[in-house]
Amino acid sequence: MAFKTVRNFLIAGGVAAASLTGIAIAAGGSGPADGYEMIHKHWHWQGMTGTYDKEAMQRGFNVYANVCRSCHNLDHLAFRHLGDEGGPFYDERFPNPNDNPLVKNIAAEYEITDLNPEDGSEITRPGIPADYFPPIYRNDSEARFVNNGALPPDLSVMVKARNNGADYMYNLLLAYEHPQPDTVSLSPGQYYNPVMEGSKIAMPPQLQPQEGVFEYQSDTEGQNPPEATVEQMAADLTEFLAWSADPKLAERKSAGLMSMVYLLILAVLLWLAYKRIWRRLKQPVGG
Amino acid sequence: MAGPSTYEPKGAVMRWMDTRLPIVRMGADFMTFPTPRNLNYWWTFGGILLLCLMIQIVTGVILGMHYVAHIDHAFDSVQRIRRDVPYGWLMQSAHAVGASMFFLAVYMHMFRALYYGSYKAPREVLWIIGCLIYLVMMATAFLGYTLPWGQMSFWGATVITGFFGAVPVVGEGLQQWLLGGYAVDNATLNRFYSLHYLLPFIIAALSGLHVWALHVTGSSNPIGVSSKVKTDTLPFHPYFTVKDMFAVTVFLIIFAFFLFYLPDALGHADNYIKADPLKTPPHIVPEWYFLPFYAILRAVPDKLAGILLMLGAIAVLFVLPWLDTSRVRSMRFRPIARWFFFFFVIFCFILGWCGAGVPDDYAIKIGDGGITFYRLGQISTLYYFAYFIVILPILGLIEDPVERPASITQAILDYGDKPEPEKVLVPAE
Repeated sequence: MAFKTVRNFLIAGGVAAASLTGIAIAAGGSGPADGYEMIHKHWHWQGMTGTYDKEAMQRGFNVYANVCRSCHNLDHLAFRHLGDEGGPFYDERFPNPNDNPLVKNIAAEYEITDLNPEDGSEITRPGIPADYFPPIYRNDSEARFVNNGALPPDLSVMVKARNNGADYMYNLLLAYEHPQPDTVSLSPGQYYNPVMEGSKIAMPPQLQPQEGVFEYQSDTEGQNPPEATVEQMAADLTEFLAWSADPKLAERKSAGLMSMVYLLILAVLLWLAYKRIWRRLKQPVGG
Repeated sequence: MAGPSTYEPKGAVMRWMDTRLPIVRMGADFMTFPTPRNLNYWWTFGGILLLCLMIQIVTGVILGMHYVAHIDHAFDSVQRIRRDVPYGWLMQSAHAVGASMFFLAVYMHMFRALYYGSYKAPREVLWIIGCLIYLVMMATAFLGYTLPWGQMSFWGATVITGFFGAVPVVGEGLQQWLLGGYAVDNATLNRFYSLHYLLPFIIAALSGLHVWALHVTGSSNPIGVSSKVKTDTLPFHPYFTVKDMFAVTVFLIIFAFFLFYLPDALGHADNYIKADPLKTPPHIVPEWYFLPFYAILRAVPDKLAGILLMLGAIAVLFVLPWLDTSRVRSMRFRPIARWFFFFFVIFCFILGWCGAGVPDDYAIKIGDGGITFYRLGQISTLYYFAYFIVILPILGLIEDPVERPASITQAILDYGDKPEPEKVLVPAE
């Protein structure tokens, strides 16, 4: 009887969890068009214990800073975030990311619009770690005007803002090569991309084999960066943007492991307590 | 079933208190409350739901300290909570996943009541208070989903408040009064935040009434035969406190799994895009716990009729105690009704599936054609209402229930489980 009820309980829990997951998947959007086969990469951060690869994130940040940055901002990221624990430029010697020289150098490369406290006039100054990535355009209207009517979206939460976002990002950058069917007609300033909703995208292909133009440089001594192929750049950028969208992943998973172990032990102890207390009922009355 | 209080205040202070505010007596009576000894794990969801409400209120109050209810800052403030507030990622995820877990538990609790006939006399008021709690929960969840100000927040709010615009004559004015303007905007966000903060405390108050009503009638039980002799029940503590704590822990394992490993699996990616009133998402879909009602809403082409159907789907629950004509509570002893119940559960899941699908897409493909989600949703809606309005009233009159055990004690003896016959029938001294 006891085993039967526990079994039923577990089945009920399993069915509930499975149906929730099923609904979550069923609620997802449509797949890519025109026979494009999504490449499902195995990402470093997948699984119960996976976390981001620091060097891949650093290379990915390079790609962002040299390529994507010309149009796309990281609205929700401050420079100091780059030096947070779990971030691409974390250094354990600098628990406060504002002291991290790599972060300071990156921040200083950006111009921040500020106010002159003396007279209130607008000035520009080099960035400090506490600054957020400065907007690229003064406003959305300017962004649209410069980009042929299209608004380059913020990339800091992009990997979370699409179903299966990491694969989406990676495939979107690589899918320009896919042959364009005759049925799709493009307006000027549009490009064919089967991963994009509607297969039309305003962003030209960005990652091309650019020998001599873009090479991975290492910020750390003794590190041999891989060759900057299109696939490698797309994967590294995705790694960086995945971190940017979910920077607390490592902290979350380690807290998760502790919680699960704790709860499982507690469940076993409570089960034993439950059996022990209910066993009283089997003893003869007054015994 | 509550029976006379057995609490004896010890000492002068306790006696003084007991004659003025017998709160210690109430706690003691809760602990000794006679509870049917044959309750199974489906009866643990009450305690689980209490925990869910507490988690939502605690995490919600903390989130409220950091959240900014303004259309220009709401989305960014949620990102700030997830990135910069210490353990903000945990609070925000626990609140969002917690909402799903709350609904998961409440659906389990409701299906249990439906199967075991817990809504029947003398528990009609207990059931109706429960339905009220569910209704306020739905409102709270909807209001809360608007607050992160993502695309689904905005467009979900636009669609739902649009229902009020379909009310004849006063609709347009009513809609504008609710929104505080012509469209979902800052005034809407502010009032939704205010109400989202208020309603959980109304749920807490209703839960108090729910528990009060429970302590008047006592718990129902899997065989649906009321407790008659002393051996039918056990004191709530320690027998059911320990069992509930075990079940709560198992539930928390499922909760923690989603919270730590799949925090976004139950939400929509679109809600990570900041609300844009000029850009409608391709599919506006509610959260999973509203999908069955969304399918009922879309089951008819007329907007007003759809809304009435959806409201009817909830309203019918309130009158269920008078629709079910069978005197037998538990479906264990209703050989035909249990099959109809089984299909009812299946159709609820199908409704959820239809709610998630695009109406014109094929749910089931047969050759070139098939059954669209629209048709399947209609069939399921028909069954949903037929179950309450036709099947239960008629079946109660014509069905031949199988023989029920005379008492809970007898049922346990029949199942060959603890305790042994001669020992249990001796009145406990």
